[in-house]
Amino acid sequence: MRIVCPFCGARDAQEFSYLGDASLQQRPDTPAGAPLDDAAHAAWHDYVYLRENPPGEHTEFWYHASGCRQWLKVTRHMRTHAISNVEAARPSSLRGAA
Amino acid sequence: MSRQPNRLASGGLVDRNKPQLFRFDGQPYQGFAGDTLASALLANGVSLFGRSFKYHRPRGLLSAGPEEPNALVELRSGARREPNTRATVAELYDGLEATSQNRWPSLRFDAMAVNQLFAPIFAAGFYYKTFMWPAAFWEKLYEPIIRRAAGLGRPAGSEDPDHYEKAFAHCDVLVIGSGPAGLMAALAAGRSGARVIIAEEDFRLGGRLICDRREVDGVPSVEWVARIASELEAMPEVRVMLRTSVFGVYDGGVYGALERVNDHVAVPPEFQPRQRMWRIMTRETILAAGSIERPVVFGDNDRPGVMMAGSVRTYTNRFAVAPGTRAAVFANNDDAARTIGDLEAAGVHVDAVIDPRPGSTDSVRSAARKAGSELIEGAIERATGGQRVQSVDVRSNGSTRSLSVDLVAMSGGWSPTVHLTSHQGSRPVWDDQLSAFLPGQTLPPGMTVAGAATGQFSLEACLAAGAAAGLDAAGRCGFRRAQLAVPSADPESTAVSPLWRVRGTKGKAFVDFQNDVAASDVELAEREGFRSVEHLKRYTTLGMATDQGKTANVNGLALMAEITAKSISQTGTTIFRPPYTPVAIGALAGHHRGEHFKPTRLTAGHAWAKRQGAVFVESGVWMRAAYFPRPGENDWLETTIREVNTVRSAVGVCDVSTLGKIDVQGRDAGKFLDFVYCNTFSTLAIGKARYGVMLREDGFAMDDGTTSRLAEDHYVVTTTTANAAKVMQHMEFCHQVLLPHLDVQMISISDQWAQYAIAGPKSRAVLQKIVDPRHDISNEAFPFMAAAEISLKGGIPARLFRISFSGEMAYELAVPAGFGEAAIVEIIKAGQEFGIAPYGLEALTVMRIEKGHVAGAEFNGQTTARDFGLGKMVSTKKEFVGRVMAQREALTQPDRPILVGLRPIEEGFRLRSGAHLLNRGAEPSLDNDQGYVTSTTYSPTLRSWIGLAFMKSGKERTGDTVRAWDAIRGTDALVEVVGPCFYDPKGERHHG
Ligand SMILES: [Zn+2]
Repeated sequence: MRIVCPFCGARDAQEFSYLGDASLQQRPDTPAGAPLDDAAHAAWHDYVYLRENPPGEHTEFWYHASGCRQWLKVTRHMRTHAISNVEAARPSSLRGAA
Repeated sequence: MSRQPNRLASGGLVDRNKPQLFRFDGQPYQGFAGDTLASALLANGVSLFGRSFKYHRPRGLLSAGPEEPNALVELRSGARREPNTRATVAELYDGLEATSQNRWPSLRFDAMAVNQLFAPIFAAGFYYKTFMWPAAFWEKLYEPIIRRAAGLGRPAGSEDPDHYEKAFAHCDVLVIGSGPAGLMAALAAGRSGARVIIAEEDFRLGGRLICDRREVDGVPSVEWVARIASELEAMPEVRVMLRTSVFGVYDGGVYGALERVNDHVAVPPEFQPRQRMWRIMTRETILAAGSIERPVVFGDNDRPGVMMAGSVRTYTNRFAVAPGTRAAVFANNDDAARTIGDLEAAGVHVDAVIDPRPGSTDSVRSAARKAGSELIEGAIERATGGQRVQSVDVRSNGSTRSLSVDLVAMSGGWSPTVHLTSHQGSRPVWDDQLSAFLPGQTLPPGMTVAGAATGQFSLEACLAAGAAAGLDAAGRCGFRRAQLAVPSADPESTAVSPLWRVRGTKGKAFVDFQNDVAASDVELAEREGFRSVEHLKRYTTLGMATDQGKTANVNGLALMAEITAKSISQTGTTIFRPPYTPVAIGALAGHHRGEHFKPTRLTAGHAWAKRQGAVFVESGVWMRAAYFPRPGENDWLETTIREVNTVRSAVGVCDVSTLGKIDVQGRDAGKFLDFVYCNTFSTLAIGKARYGVMLREDGFAMDDGTTSRLAEDHYVVTTTTANAAKVMQHMEFCHQVLLPHLDVQMISISDQWAQYAIAGPKSRAVLQKIVDPRHDISNEAFPFMAAAEISLKGGIPARLFRISFSGEMAYELAVPAGFGEAAIVEIIKAGQEFGIAPYGLEALTVMRIEKGHVAGAEFNGQTTARDFGLGKMVSTKKEFVGRVMAQREALTQPDRPILVGLRPIEEGFRLRSGAHLLNRGAEPSLDNDQGYVTSTTYSPTLRSWIGLAFMKSGKERTGDTVRAWDAIRGTDALVEVVGPCFYDPKGERHHG
């Protein structure tokens, strides 16, 4: 498989390491110091342990370990492995500012 | 020496001026350059090649190509011995050695052939049924018997002396196969200007064009192939890859191909691989893989001398070998005409042509007439003969008669080689008209199929389809289609009527020759309910092993369809998966074997340590000095004890460069580290270091290390050696994904800085001799946990951290890696007067256990910061990775195992990691388990073995005596529970 890195171009999948479901970006917001209620525990349980695995398009995290070291969001069809979109996890607006 | 009795006087693509001497089962033979092992043996009159898998029946050549199920041999000898090699694709070379397999004691006399007499019990599902009970008999009785009776070749049993390479190639158009369609496709795409790779698994281009006597563009097909081959070779953007099998289709236009670079020589030339694994990246692919001829299922159709008709023609035309003297041609299609003509031309008389089709066809009738062969409307019921066919029983008009022949050329029609089309999940589709499976609707992206692989069986159609596919592919890649005339070809008829098996035959009618699956096995599978194609395959083993049913699958399905009175399309087909042909594990591994399995990293001080006689140990990808033996020391323990004592009484130095080091800078660097670690770093003063623990998001501990603040916006993080890469990736994730708005940047500096721990009461005295005097490193100016950028020896930049892993007053000194070796030399020189000694990983480990510091064994993925006794470190005021999940009920229960120290009661008892803790008198059980030992060492300081363990309510149990129960080593000893820090628990020494 090849992934078109927005920074490095088309590269062999071997250069990347895989993390999975990109919904990991939506980390629950539980303020420090506040008591943890059932809803907070449930939200964290889902966040840490539950992953989508749809039979169609799915957006996942890939890390270009042997390249630019950027975390990428790759939209891939789980049946055909066809990749329809690759973008940097960190928005370009923020990247420019840093 | 044999004189090649079956070699024709002229013709063929063998070089009679280049004789090649070889051995088969020890017997010397001669063949010619251009032969395969199969053709050379056939030329020498050898018809018996091996014994079959289950019944040990004598077997000869069925085919002349990669589909061969029978003629599997062990090639070469010694460490280069290669089992299950198909003689039909093994290119002959001078000095080749081959051995038949699965026979005992010899090929001609095989004691196991008695299995045939027991054929009824070896039927489908035999293993499942017979050896089920009692289970205890498996290992001792059944398995050894089966292993002797059934099986293929033997592996070499010693390390492969050759090496294998991996390589990448890129092209616009990949053409797979070099028959008429493949050659035209490559020519069309090449002339259009595309970058073309044409891969051919044979050692010669041409496919059927060099196996049949055809005419293309008015010249013999062999000449036409040569003309096209030289044009392709001359095109700079076309790469012709011979001996290269494309074995798999992968995502995104990636194709796996195996190039047999030096399989056709005895020993690869120096610095050359035996095989090369290619990953070919292509935009367009033209599959022109041709087709494979099917056998007909009749009684004893596996007798040596019963061969595929197309392969018979390959032997006569390409290799100039007569595979027999009197032949019967048995075919359900008009290829029979060509077979008759070619056999007659090779001097093999065709006694009879048996055609099951009513009235046969014009072309077959006229060929038979011309050859003086009897044309019989009927079928062969059975072949007779032992190690060679002697006659055939032919049924015609209701009566059966026997014909004496020593060669049967059979053909049940051709199956397109569609394998690669289904590597991404597409199932082939049955075509009643052509009696063949054709490529399915959804091909792998970018693939087109041309020629016989898509059911175009006439030569003219193949040439035209190849040309069109080549032009189209080049066009899709943005090239202007070249002008190209499709060459003419001699006319032919490709009529075929299905014939799957001859009914009512006696003897075993084989469907799958390699797995000894007969028509009766398919019937049995049906009777027992294994009717789906997937069940049929598993129950009978039809279509398994090295040939993956290339000659068997379609017949097997057709039989099942016939038995169940369904159509073939209703019956379905199994799906083809990579690899198309066997690929050696060595080729897949490439250079990644032995010490090169993973890279080896050496520290800047490695060469120095080597000169000191260090004994090294692998630590992740690093080589680290384990200990530095001195003359007179008997073992690692003695050396380690001396090293520990040196550190504790004077000073020692240890290379700690392998620790991961990450430079973190930016306005939000402190805020960022607060998020990554469970404790706080934004409050760390400039010029100070702090120990930190990092959690995973699920609340368990991930890594630890010290982090120093060099400036307001500049931190240096250290990680453990093992987790350096993982932590870097995790920190990048935290920043880029979770906290993208933070103004922070990080980079790994593990390789850029060499780092030495200088530990012991004299450590400061040593450093004062090399640190430039303008840096005050007195205890007052540079106390415990201080960190600073300094310089050495008059200006060499360095970083100094007053941190201690050993428990002594200690420093870590970092220098740019280029100064790494110079620095250790200077440290030793400066330390000479204080009795300095280098120490290794062993002494480092002893001292960290004496101090109760957690390390890899304690970071086992099931432990939390609280379990380390570091619960107080965990901030409650700020957000960080793992904060919420670490507060889960089970992770905060008071009796949850916590870090303790252990001391055996019995003096000298060696405590071992992995032992479980039990209360005295308790039965060993999960319920009674009190914890487990993670790290142990002999402590020279305490003169006793000591250990660290996680123990339920461990703190409250200090002073208790419990059992360390070690079922693996069979020990059960009493130990005292103590605090985890055995040495200087108040921490007075490291304050200096
Ligand atoms: Zn990249």
